[in-house]
This record gives sequence, structure tokens and C-alpha cells, in this order.
Amino acid sequence: MSNAATAPAIAAPVDLVNVQVNGTWMKFPKGMRMIEALRQVQVEVPHYCYHPKLSSPGNCRMCLVETGMPARPALGQAEVEKDEHGFAKIMWSPRAIIACANTVSEGLGIRTESTLTKEVRKGVMEFLLINHPLDCPICDQAGECRLQEFSVEHGRGESRFQEEKVKKPKNNRIGPRITLDDERCIMCSRCVRFMDEIADEPVLGFTERGSHTVLTVHPGRQLTSNYSLNTADICPVGALTSTDFRFSMRVWFLKETNTICTGCARGCNMEIGSRNDIIHRQGPRDNNNVNSSWMCDSGRLDFHWVNSERRMTEPTVKENGTHRAAPWKEALEAAATGLRGLQPSQIAIIASGRMTNEELFLARRLAAVLNIGAENTDILPRTGQADNYLVHADRNPNTKGAMLLLTPTPGQQLAGIRERVQSGQVRAVIALRENLLNAGFTADDLGKLAHLVQTHVMLNDTAGFANVALPSAAYAEKRGSMVNATGRLQRLNAATAPPGQARDDWEILRDLTLAISGQNGLYSIEDVFKAMAAEVPEFSGLTLNAISDQGIPFLETKETVPLLVREAERKAKGIIVG
Amino acid sequence: MTIPTELLSKIDDVITHYPVSKRSAVLPLLHLLQHHFGYITDEGITWVAAKLELEPMQVMEVVTFYPGFRQAAPGKFHIRVCRTLSCAMAGSFELMDNLCQLTGIDRSHTDHHHSIAVSPDGKFSIEFAECLASCGTAPVCMFNDDFFEGVSADKAKALVADYGSK
Ligand code: SF4
Ligand code: SF4
Ligand code: FES
Ligand code: FES
Repeated sequence: MSNAATAPAIAAPVDLVNVQVNGTWMKFPKGMRMIEALRQVQVEVPHYCYHPKLSSPGNCRMCLVETGMPARPALGQAEVEKDEHGFAKIMWSPRAIIACANTVSEGLGIRTESTLTKEVRKGVMEFLLINHPLDCPICDQAGECRLQEFSVEHGRGESRFQEEKVKKPKNNRIGPRITLDDERCIMCSRCVRFMDEIADEPVLGFTERGSHTVLTVHPGRQLTSNYSLNTADICPVGALTSTDFRFSMRVWFLKETNTICTGCARGCNMEIGSRNDIIHRQGPRDNNNVNSSWMCDSGRLDFHWVNSERRMTEPTVKENGTHRAAPWKEALEAAATGLRGLQPSQIAIIASGRMTNEELFLARRLAAVLNIGAENTDILPRTGQADNYLVHADRNPNTKGAMLLLTPTPGQQLAGIRERVQSGQVRAVIALRENLLNAGFTADDLGKLAHLVQTHVMLNDTAGFANVALPSAAYAEKRGSMVNATGRLQRLNAATAPPGQARDDWEILRDLTLAISGQNGLYSIEDVFKAMAAEVPEFSGLTLNAISDQGIPFLETKETVPLLVREAERKAKGIIVG
Repeated sequence: MTIPTELLSKIDDVITHYPVSKRSAVLPLLHLLQHHFGYITDEGITWVAAKLELEPMQVMEVVTFYPGFRQAAPGKFHIRVCRTLSCAMAGSFELMDNLCQLTGIDRSHTDHHHSIAVSPDGKFSIEFAECLASCGTAPVCMFNDDFFEGVSADKAKALVADYGSK
């Protein structure tokens, strides 16, 4: 345990108070919640209802700790007794108090290891388990259940409860994506508060009282919010579960990879849970500058295609109107050959706002090697409805990166390129990660091309038009960086390997450039970043490692995140810790 | 569900008593509805929610929390028999049996969630209540809003006869 000297430095001048934690005097900012102060010095306090992003009802009582206040001089007494450090003697209270809603004050003493604290924890655990099934081995939450963990640490090992447990509804589909096992609910109300305070759809609530209390929705309503799965994340037990994930994989088998969601320009920080190159679930990772502790359901669940059979797994080359699989070397050579005889003005490159900075940088190199003009370079914009929480109207995760690296005006050249394809001025198109049929091109337009090179993640209908189709990697299969809507530079990490012979896009682009120009010198994604940092001033001095799992502020965009703005207001009012 | 104008104006008036948060008007509104209709229907819950711009769940929580709110129709006279300690010791369970027999009510199908039983003629309904704050004169019971103390077997008989003729 650390002591006062190693307590984290506080940036702004704040009033500090002296607090004794398990016998050691330490300093904390005045007004800090006890539970947060203890967390800061690595003293974990078990808790259920408390969540730093939600209001604190103090209803679960799991965080009870023994405390004492400094002695005050009795009548006629001049001085109080002091300990050897000069602090007033602590008068320990016979009753424990909750650490989540009480704050630290001068001279306070906290004991988290004392007999009193241990006894109250045991007592709370016993009550919580009275109506709770004792069948962890068949519960989906096992392995990441706070009730299970705290029960092992603070519980009593055997049940003294002789009476009938109250039976509650099981396997209740309370929304399109959430299944509720009410018998496991410990009534912490985190989910109720999330839906009320964060998602503004207070459809969850408790009916009845006491041991009959049931968490539920009104019969005429459903938990339909696009943020509903966050309730399953914050549910400390196995009551609220993701219908998509439940009972599909034991959580201890999952490998966790820190990356970002590429569903829109928000770039929510997320964690991928995978096993043997199969993604089993995705969930939010805390980042108070991007997505707080939440993410939308649509982004979270948009991964099944990565595992699907419809992935393109080998390069193909068109010969005499039919496609055949070809080794990479041959396919890349065929791609280069088709481009070689053409004038620069006859080639266009259509890249994607779903590509990483590194890939876009290599696309820019490719364009430079081929001398392709700005009028023949573009990405496909992708827009949708923004919500008032996290989802951004820009559904490309890296438009900002593409604007910096490839085309300052995304989408402005597409119509012109298409006209030049129709008129025969443009003879070849290099389409990276985009289906041209979604980019305004018709089958007729594509038929006019002499040479179409495509990289693909999924087998789709443009593949039929491509002279060379190259299978590439999905977001979960690559490392790289992107710039989100607020201008934050963030990092993707590979959770799984691409299927079959599919390859990471940066390697494809490097090898294609190599096949055309002989340029080389890039052996890893880090090298690509280094080359980019040397050429693009905004990246200078940076490395992929320096971006870290929390990202770094990178561009000034003056955009704010609606959900974060409201959280900041609640924090300023002291409603949440934040 | 039609809300008579008089009731509606009472409701609208009550809401003005809670200028900070309309949500605080849930309880008084439910009391008004129950007083008028005898119990609170699902429709009543959604009506109150819409009136106060709340989710129906936020009203349902309150209705199910308080046993004082009924979700099933009571009889013309609703009897509440105290079952808390003093009354229980003074024979309130016998009183309950007695009243059921006198009114022809079958309580066998009641449980935690459905606590009210109604007589076949719909004249009486009955349920247990917690301490009615007259422990010194146990056992006690109520017929609608009328309160009766020291309810002996004879007194129970007289009460049922009296209310039965109303
Ligand atoms: S369902 Fe989970 S989050 Fe909601 S109240 Fe119950 S235990 Fe808490
Ligand atoms: S808001 Fe955007 S980035 Fe965040 S989870 Fe949803 S789709 Fe993904
Ligand atoms: S965490 Fe629930 S009372 Fe403190
Ligand atoms: S116990 Fe019956 S009135 Fe108090």
C-alpha cells in the first residue's frame, strides 16, 4: 500500500485533508468520496450500486467501512489526545458507514480490514444471497460476477437460510437485445439509473417491495434503446445479459484486445473478446474524452460479419471473363500490369474513410507513384442520423484522417470520376475497401473500365467486375490509427487474424506500390507510421506506441460530444464522480 | 377509462402543487383515481404516466410498492383486518376467518401478489393490513374508511349485517 508521499499528485491547487487509512496517514482532496480516495491508494472497497458515472443511491450497503472522527476537546479540557504523528486521536464509531456516498474530511479514520468492517460485509453478503440462486457454475456471468467475487472474499461459505427462496421470472426478453434473469438481480438499480440518467428512457424499474422486488419493464414497453447493452455491462451480476452473447462462451476463455469501434466517427473505445480468431463479443472501454464508459448497441454488435463465411479469403484474377484464384504474387503483378500502360490521368483511386491513417498514407504514396491527380482521388462519404449521445452523423471512422492524408474534400470528386469513367477518359480504377456500386457507379460504368483493382473484406457484387480482387483485413484484424470526430488520434489493435489468405491492407498497398515502382523499405506497421510521421507534419514526433490505449488530442475540431457534455454538467453539480 | 370533469379538475389542481417536479404528483393522482374507481387499472397507470409525462414504469413502481393501492376491483365495502403483532395476538386471524365466513368470501386463492378476495355477490372484499395504529384496542378492522376497535365475534356479525343492508 502506498502512503502520503506516493499519493498521486493533484494538478490544481485543492484543499487537502489528512485521513488515516488502515493505520497510515495520507492526504486526499477535500470532498473526495471515500471509495475513490481508497481506490487511489489501491484499497479496494467491494461495491454494487455505486458507479462513478451514475448517481449514488447508497442502497446496496456493500461498501460499508468502519470509520472514526477526530476527538474534540471535552468541556474544560484544553487539548485532545494526539497520536505519535500529531493528529487528534480517532474516536471509532461502532456503526460502519457507506464509502460510496460519504466524503473524506480532516482527521477521518477508515479501517477496511477491521473486524467490524469484515463482519458487516459478511452480513450484507448473506442478505444478498438469501434469494439468489446458488448455482454459479451454470450462470453466464460466472467469472466476471461481482457477487461471486465478493462472496468468495467477504462471504461466509455456507448458507444459513432455511426458508423457501422467492422465485422470480427467468429468461425474460425485456428488449430486442437484452435477456433478464430476475432471480439473479440484487436490486442495485444501476441499470435503472443508467436508463434514466444517461439514456433518457427510464423504462426499467422495480415492482413490489422487499424480497419480492422485481426488476422489469412495463408490460407495454420494451428496453429498445440503442444503448441497452450497457445495462448488461454495468449489471454486477448475471441478471441482465446480452441475448447475442449469453451462454455462447465462458468469459475466462476470451482474449481481450483494446481497440476502437469503427462504426462511426466517434471511435468509441472498445474491447474485443475473442477466442481462436473468432470474435465473441465487444464492449466499451472507459475513455472520458471519447465515450465515457458506454457505446451504442449497433456499433457493439456489428461484428458477426467478421466471423462470417462471406469473407473473401483468396486473391482472384479475371482471365477471359472468368475469375480464378491466384497466388498473391501473381495477383499483385496482374494488378500492376493493368496499370502500367496507362497515362496518370487515366487512373482513379477511390479509397475509404474506413481505412486507417497508415493505409491512407500508403494509398497516397500509391497515388503519387502513379501520378494520379487530386481530381481522380476520393473517398466515399457515409452519413447517417446522429443521436444526441454518441452516434455521429459521419459513419466513416476516419474521415478526418482521410482529409488530412488523401483528399481535403471527401466525396467531391466522385461524380467527376464517374463521368470520366463513362466518357472513357478514366480507364482504370483502384477501389480500396469500397463497393463501387454503392459509390454511385452502375454496372454499365464498371463494364467500361479496362482495369479494375479492388480490395475486399467481403465477397460482394463488385468483385465480379474486378480484374484483380484482393482479400483484405477487417477492423478487428489490424493495428493502426484513426482520427475521430473530435480530432483525437486513436489506435486499433488486432484481436484476430484475417481468414485464409486475406492480408492486412497496409501490406497489400505496400506490395502493390512495390510491384509498380520497386519502392520498398516498410517492414512493419510501425515503419509505415514512421514514414508518415516524416512526411506529414501533423504526425511528426509521434509513434504508434505513443498513441496508447487512451488516444491523444491531435486535431482541433471544436466538436463536443453530447453525452460527455451532460456528464460534465452532472459532475460539476456533484451528482456523479465522473 | 373516462375521467369525469370534476375529477379531472381535481387532478389538474393537484399537479400545480408540485411545481418543481411533476413526478411528485404520482401518489396524490393515484389516490384520486383509486378513490374514484375503487382500484387502479393498467389503463389508469398509463393515463397517469401520460398526464405527468413519465414512463408507465415509473407509475407502476409506485402502484406495486404500496399495498394501499389495489390493482383489482374490491367489493362495495372493502374490509381491512389488521394482522400486526397486537392484533394478531388478540385474535385478528380468527377475526379474518370469521368475517370471511359471514360474507361468504373464499381467500384460498390469495397470495402476496393478489391479496384481495371478493365475495360472490360483490358486496364485500377483504384483505389483511399492517398496523392500523390502534394497537391498544386490538383486534381492529376497517370497512372502507370506517374504523372499528375491539372487534369481537358478535361485533363482526353485527358489522356485516349492518353494511350488508346498506
Ligand atoms: S438487473 Fe443488474 S443492474 Fe439492474 S438492478 Fe438488478 S443487479 Fe442491478
Ligand atoms: S457511437 Fe459510433 S463509434 Fe461508438 S459504438 Fe456506436 S457506432 Fe461505434
Ligand atoms: S456501493 Fe452500494 S451502498 Fe455504497
Ligand atoms: S397491531 Fe393492529 S392496530 Fe397496531
